[in-house]
Amino acid sequence: MVGTLAACGSSDSGQGSGDSKTVTLVSHDSWAASKDVIAAFEKQSGYKVDVLKDGDAGQAVNKAILTKGNPQGDVFFGVDNTLLSRALDNGLFQPYEAKGADRIKAEYRVDQDKHRVTPVDTGDICVNYDKKYFADHKIQPPKSFDDLVKPAYKNLLVTENASASSPGLGFLLGTAAQYGDDGWESYWKKLKANGVKVVDGWEQAYNEEFSGSAGGKKAKGDRPLVVSYASSPPAEVVFADPKPSTAPTGVAEGTCFRQVEYAGLLSNAKNPTGGKAFLDFLLTQRFQEDMPMNMFVYPVREGAQVPTEFVKYGPQAKDPETMDPAKIADHRDQWVKSWTSLVLK
Amino acid sequence: MAVPVAFFAVFFAYPVAAIVARGLKTDGTWHLGRIGEVLAQSDVRHVLWFTTWQAFVSTALTLLVALPGAYVFARFDFPGKQVLRAVVTVPFVLPTVVVGTAFLALVGRGGLLDELWGVRLDTTVWAILLAHVFFNYAVVVRTVGGLWAQLDPRQEEAARMLGASPLRAWRQVTLPALAPAVAAAALMVFLFTFTSFGVVQILGGPTFSTLEVEIYRQTSEIFDLSTAAVLTMIQFVAVGAILAVHAWTVRRRETALRLMDASATARRPRGAGQWALLGGVLVTVAVLLVLPLAVLVQRSLGPPGFGYYRALTREDGGVFLVPPIEAIGNSLSYAVAATLIAVLIGALAAVALTRRDAGRFVRGFDALLMLPLGVSAVTVGFGFLISLDEPPLDLRSSWILVPLAQALVGVPFVVRTMLPVLRAVDVRLREAASVLGASPWRVWREVDLPMVRRALLIAAGFAFAVSLGEFGATVFIARPDRPTLPVAVARLLGRPGDLNYGQAMALSTILMVVCAVALLVLERLRTDRTGEF
Repeated sequence: MVGTLAACGSSDSGQGSGDSKTVTLVSHDSWAASKDVIAAFEKQSGYKVDVLKDGDAGQAVNKAILTKGNPQGDVFFGVDNTLLSRALDNGLFQPYEAKGADRIKAEYRVDQDKHRVTPVDTGDICVNYDKKYFADHKIQPPKSFDDLVKPAYKNLLVTENASASSPGLGFLLGTAAQYGDDGWESYWKKLKANGVKVVDGWEQAYNEEFSGSAGGKKAKGDRPLVVSYASSPPAEVVFADPKPSTAPTGVAEGTCFRQVEYAGLLSNAKNPTGGKAFLDFLLTQRFQEDMPMNMFVYPVREGAQVPTEFVKYGPQAKDPETMDPAKIADHRDQWVKSWTSLVLK
Repeated sequence: MAVPVAFFAVFFAYPVAAIVARGLKTDGTWHLGRIGEVLAQSDVRHVLWFTTWQAFVSTALTLLVALPGAYVFARFDFPGKQVLRAVVTVPFVLPTVVVGTAFLALVGRGGLLDELWGVRLDTTVWAILLAHVFFNYAVVVRTVGGLWAQLDPRQEEAARMLGASPLRAWRQVTLPALAPAVAAAALMVFLFTFTSFGVVQILGGPTFSTLEVEIYRQTSEIFDLSTAAVLTMIQFVAVGAILAVHAWTVRRRETALRLMDASATARRPRGAGQWALLGGVLVTVAVLLVLPLAVLVQRSLGPPGFGYYRALTREDGGVFLVPPIEAIGNSLSYAVAATLIAVLIGALAAVALTRRDAGRFVRGFDALLMLPLGVSAVTVGFGFLISLDEPPLDLRSSWILVPLAQALVGVPFVVRTMLPVLRAVDVRLREAASVLGASPWRVWREVDLPMVRRALLIAAGFAFAVSLGEFGATVFIARPDRPTLPVAVARLLGRPGDLNYGQAMALSTILMVVCAVALLVLERLRTDRTGEF
């Protein structure tokens, strides 16, 4: 025990002190990368990478904003399109155009004149369904937002609190994109009448209420529809032992909202040169192809290969809903407020 | 005294003040008008109302369910009593993320109640209330039962001999002696349920919100720091009031009672009534406390050959940079460091508080030491982040931050365990030793230490268990390559897939066993039961 403590102390020396040999990444809990990929970057660039994971995505962004005068690191990864404006308005980042930015697929590029953020990955928030339930009951799984309000799917869907959870917010934004400023409220009235259940976080929705996930099966979840990610079905296969031949869950393709995650060089970073090198690294083919199996997201770089599990069990939606971050910024708080009083009260 | 005061000033008051100031002060001007604005919102008033009434009802329900338990643990002797006493204390130190999940299995769909009678309580306020009983059962059993066990039963018997009815004898002899302990326990339960966070978030769904939950939402999700600051201040005032009343009841309890060794008062139950009472309490404990814990164990046993446990030793490259099993070592070493800090600070404070010449200021400090129990972890976490970031206090990226935050919640337990024992040391012994020329240090070593050694060990055990289970502040500051057990569990639960879920349950079970063992060791050491926990 004493040995572990001593180790705690010693390996911290230099961390956060801003020496030029270390580059510190601040991110949320979902950050993950293969060891050899990071090691290759360390060897090639000469920097040691230190990672600070700071709670969920919203929390991490807020903490970064609070500490922007004396940031905890050099690069921040993990602000998505729903929170981007909060980060930019608060001056969290300084401009830098990463090498390889020209290889990013056009639809993911934002802030083109200033280059304060670099898109790194993308993923879809979609309704997942329990294949076994729909086979047993001989009904077709839903395909679109419109399907979800049909009587066949009464009392089947569980979603997350839009004010507390990012998939919950994504689903709300998806409906707002689909039905417009005037239509989304009446859609939610119908959804509520059709028995949608709202819980606070993804963990409860997915691991407790949903009947199709491994956790939900053990917890005797009884809702065969849940708002989760397009990459959840492949995860159900990858994290199973033994691995099943097909994913137990599927994705309702017409219910997807596209999330894009960005990274940026923190204002007042102590090692800006190292930070820039790290941003370049995030866009390299090697990192982009390593990312999917670690964070269950899709690459943004043109030509980056996605793993076969993704192609097989969780293809990206063909035509997801999207929304301009500026529009999200203008409406987010008001929408969440109206949604809360409409659905929760 | 100087050391504990400095400790709390630097690691509690300063960070909390810093984050409150961040919310209410812009460009050097205070915006105290925000207080009125926030209070005027109907949502906020609704939260205040819910926070208060659910705390009242939770406390009443806990007393109702746990007082018979306190009696049984105090007065009856039965096999397995020590183990059971440790088991009922486990929920108190387990992180709510874990327990909330298990508790759903009891009162949620497909749970025991559902299967027996088709009753489901998830997302109703009943689930919250029952979970509060689950968490706080031990507070009543330990506080009230501890004193009850030492009350001389002959006093009540004497009253009976003199012709009093059993009820009257109990009401006039036992109840007055117990009342202050009951009041103290009730106030502690009220404090814990008033500031309830995980239980309300997980079991209440998005419709119920306590002040603590609302502070978390405003800070962490909506990022409205000024509202969060006002709510923090409201909670601060409320908690301060609760603690002031608590300190008053504690002082009243220190009136002289005829106490005797607990082992002399407990005996085998006699007669059908007493056996029925014991049976009833055991059934309650089994259904309400043991069953949710058993569900966790059952879910951790997935694939044959302890597959989830074996998976913990593998590096998955995903959730952590290290195999999840290392969280056990991290948790243990953090908890050891936190225990050392808590015992040092708590013991110094307790010694200072027992000094004869301690004035009103020092006695007031007694209640202040309890404040960290009632201040939201997110406030402390954010406070640490923005206030401990510059030399000479640049601790933001240091490992010591985690044990420091955990020690904050450990100190109150140390103080509460040590105070009664220290106060019981006869002052004349100390005076005699000084007169004979012993240095203060030697007086302490020769007179106090032998008497308080046991209390010190118990205090350390409690601080250790509380540190192991601390989640709210730790999750804010734990480094990713050194997650603690509760942090690792929460992160594993945050990912889909069988292995992640199974590993979360396996780690929860390990945490539970470690806590139970720590508490069982504590039980063995425990002979004096005047302490409050």
